[in-house]
Amino acid sequence: MPTPAPPSDTAAPARLDVVNLTASYHGRPAVADVDLAIEPRQVTALIGPSGSGKSTLLRCLNGLHLTVPGASVTGSVLLDDADIYAKDSNPVEIRQRVGMVFQRPTPFPTMSVRDNVLAGLHLGRRLGRGPHDDLAEQALTKAGLWPEVKDRLKAPGGSLSGGQQQRLCIARALAVDPEILLMDEPCSHLDPISTLTIEDLIREIKETYTVVIVTHNMQQAARVADTTAFLTMPAVGEPGRLVEVGPTERIFSTPRQQTTEDYISGKIG
Amino acid sequence: MTPLADTPATRRRVRARWRDTDTVFRYAVRAAAALVVVVLVATAVFLVAQAWPALRHYGILSFLSSDRWAPSEATTTARHPNPYGIVQFVYGTAVTSLIAMVLAVPVAVAVSLYLTEVAPGWLRKPLSGLVDLLAAIPSVVYGFWGIFALIPAVRPAGVWLSRTLGSAPGIGPVFAGPFFGVSYLVAGLVLAIMILPIITAICREVFATVPTADKESALALGATRWEMLRMAVLPRSRSGITGAAVLGLGRAVGETIAVTMVIGNSVLSITKSILGPGATMSSVIANEFTESTEPFHLQSLMVVGAWLLVIALIVNTVGKLIVRRTGEDIA
Ligand SMILES: Nc1ncnc2c1ncn2[C@@H]1O[C@H](COP(=O)(O)OP(=O)(O)O)[C@@H](O)[C@H]1O
Ligand SMILES: [Mg+2]
Repeated sequence: MPTPAPPSDTAAPARLDVVNLTASYHGRPAVADVDLAIEPRQVTALIGPSGSGKSTLLRCLNGLHLTVPGASVTGSVLLDDADIYAKDSNPVEIRQRVGMVFQRPTPFPTMSVRDNVLAGLHLGRRLGRGPHDDLAEQALTKAGLWPEVKDRLKAPGGSLSGGQQQRLCIARALAVDPEILLMDEPCSHLDPISTLTIEDLIREIKETYTVVIVTHNMQQAARVADTTAFLTMPAVGEPGRLVEVGPTERIFSTPRQQTTEDYISGKIG
Repeated sequence: MTPLADTPATRRRVRARWRDTDTVFRYAVRAAAALVVVVLVATAVFLVAQAWPALRHYGILSFLSSDRWAPSEATTTARHPNPYGIVQFVYGTAVTSLIAMVLAVPVAVAVSLYLTEVAPGWLRKPLSGLVDLLAAIPSVVYGFWGIFALIPAVRPAGVWLSRTLGSAPGIGPVFAGPFFGVSYLVAGLVLAIMILPIITAICREVFATVPTADKESALALGATRWEMLRMAVLPRSRSGITGAAVLGLGRAVGETIAVTMVIGNSVLSITKSILGPGATMSSVIANEFTESTEPFHLQSLMVVGAWLLVIALIVNTVGKLIVRRTGEDIA
């Protein structure tokens, strides 16, 4: 049964409830039996060893998982109580409500900085032709990139530094006004300074969005996440499972499961 | 033994000895590479040498200033007017190639998008193989098929075009009737089918190089599949598609037998209408070289051949350059 959602006022960002979710590639489960509540206005971190299914789980939250050939899911993901895997759900609408930022910055190489930011807004004729500099400025400001690129809006997106590109991708994701932002190891290809900039940004945007971040960096989880979920696979070749979830401080100070403690104390992974 | 003097020359020799440890192989591949160059140069030299008497007799440029090809009017003495005008063949080659491109490029792009992005996994390989098989059909078979299947099939469309667009202001002459079947249009159609496989194959490669991350970024923004293709795949592939198109053009420009069979081989003057019969540079050579008995006739066909070689070389080089530059862009 779906957990009852808290009474929501219209402005509140959405919540997500993962219910008994198993995600497979070619019939082989990569992550199994996950139950997880993701609260609005919080940062939820998914941590765990490589191959434990963090990315797969994250990609189930906006349905991107199913665009991979051979991929399947069972169970449900409730976005404000509506199952995104229900027969009548609209994938395009869901992916617009649940934005995503990837591990490698992926600005569209043929587009300028501004066109990258506005790319999502031009979809489905949500926005007519025009410069729309105001919208670009808004999104870039939210991503903390505006001061750095305001004179380079026409430069190709690929001409920015790696950290700037990643913030450009965040701006692009925020421009379409999603309710939830998913981030898959957004800092793993960035230098420490850019990483801190993005972490600051995450703490800022969680005021208005629900954020889920995958990270293999436990300090990062400790720095930005309110809630931390730990996944691991019981044995090689078995699907990853959710071991423990709770407030970040509690997970790192007094984990309840032995495997969690082993992982955060560096014994495994 | 005295040590070798450390000069650039000895260093080069030492380096070469370390690199090339199998001399026979080296000479074999060198010879093969040289052979290719020799064949190309020899062909060009041969064409110009064979054409030379006609070029000297009539003047090099006079071939390009007339659209009347009338071998029976040629004499061994008269130089003016040059009865071997070739403008209509250049026009025929250009028009048929253009029709082929206009039809084949969009279809090839659509087919390759389908094959790489839309078709279910199990269908991709067999369907790609089928498209590749189109390239295996011999040219003469396409010609036969053009005469006996395509012409009857497009006759209603041709007649309709001449009745409607044929009298339109401006573009009227391009669609003027009557339409008897053999025509630039049918030749262009046959060419389109013949160049479809190569354009599709290259576009397929180009689309396959678009990173999954780019496509997923578009999808994650809420793009439909078509929007994803337009946002992430097509812009990245623009120069690759252009290169593929130009390589297809190279094929179309040189294609001979199938075109000769369906174009009508009308050489006496230029036919502007795409519904009318005409000839291309290659079709006139194929059609006439066995019976070229008039003065300077064979030599003038060689002139056509030389120009055709020039055009084909340019088109193919441009296409290769574009495709190669794209490869570097993507990498
Ligand atoms: N596209 C895919 N096709 C097949 N198997 C995959 C694919 N992506 C991931 N997997 C498998 O799913 C499991 C979980 O992978 P992933 O979700 O990427 O883990 P993590 O992000 O925690 O490292 C791994 O065993 C991986 O091999
Ligand atoms: Mg991962």
